[in-house]
Amino acid sequence: MYVIVVGGGKIGYYLARALLSEGHEVTLVEQDERRVERLIAEFGEAVVVGDGCEVRVMEDAGMGRADCAVAVTGHDEDNIIVCQMAQRHFGVPRQIARVNNPENEEIFHLLGVSETVASTRIIYSLIDQEVETGESLLLAALKRGKIVIVSADLTAGSPAAGKTVKDIYLPGECVLAAIIREEHILLPSGTTELLPGDTVIGVAGPDARHVLRDALVGTRSSGARRDD
Amino acid sequence: MRVVILGCGRVGSTLAAILTREGHHVSVIDRDQTAFDKAAQRLGPTFTRETVRGIGIDEDVLRQAGIEEADAFISVTSGDNTNIVAAQIAQQRFHVPKVLVRVYDPIRADAYRGAGVETICTTTISAGLFHDLVLGRSLRSIQEYIDTASPRAEGRNA
Repeated sequence: MYVIVVGGGKIGYYLARALLSEGHEVTLVEQDERRVERLIAEFGEAVVVGDGCEVRVMEDAGMGRADCAVAVTGHDEDNIIVCQMAQRHFGVPRQIARVNNPENEEIFHLLGVSETVASTRIIYSLIDQEVETGESLLLAALKRGKIVIVSADLTAGSPAAGKTVKDIYLPGECVLAAIIREEHILLPSGTTELLPGDTVIGVAGPDARHVLRDALVGTRSSGARRDD
Repeated sequence: MRVVILGCGRVGSTLAAILTREGHHVSVIDRDQTAFDKAAQRLGPTFTRETVRGIGIDEDVLRQAGIEEADAFISVTSGDNTNIVAAQIAQQRFHVPKVLVRVYDPIRADAYRGAGVETICTTTISAGLFHDLVLGRSLRSIQEYIDTASPRAEGRNA
């Protein structure tokens, strides 16, 4: 795959390095001369010096034959323009943008940049999860952090312990995916009874993860919430 | 007419002063308070009815400037990308009937012309004016200067 990365800061640097190590063809575009020197020392001819929003620079980088354009500068407007120009002017099939200010994410989508990575928001929600959860642990974040996979270790005091799956109130946007009991993986059915010592794996949407956690292991501050 | 102008540089502030003098309701957005102070020094404190400090792609800032009631939005900051993005927000989010945007880069201006946003490339216009003046030709209409493709684009298409 041929990927053009616009923005040679930390994210652009590590992204280019990772893609190159996987055997992809990469061009990294950066205009700041202080950064360029270090980038050329590492990536050589894969670096194009200039404003990645300018058509001439995009042409030099070979935007016309790129499979994917990734805009990871520190300026949201620039990232939007890079993606739009890649799309409209060069017909690049795929564009991915970094969102610096999480509040701007919706604007990216409004203006046709559908694949976005809002690093600030993702990191924030990961930390938020770590801080808030007791015995429940975030395993993975999907769909830009909106869908999460969590695991919860049940104790004798957990609200879900001793209940069958059908008696646990779960809102629409979450499912119990698996129960790990000792060394065995169980597929939960309505009649499966949850026991202390079980590890429950759940998948939850944006507004449901706290409810899922409360239903399984309760909240540390207010104790078990009774939704039934 | 209710007009929101983004960018309180020379063009933005002068335009605000002209429209305000004609009785239009104009608000001006800039991220830098000193831009308003300088404009007030140059043009007098009544160059606009209201100023809003903030980033032009922030929807709350645009709302505060009255974009929801605006008949026109004009984007004239020093940054092409900011202007283009703000203009698209004005048009697609707030459905402002008339959206004008100043773009310095002729190629970017071409790429964003149409689709509800009117781009004015002052580079092409100024270069065209000087070109005719230096050769002693009579001046053409502004539209002709706008329509003149950049030399680079012409070369590529030929």
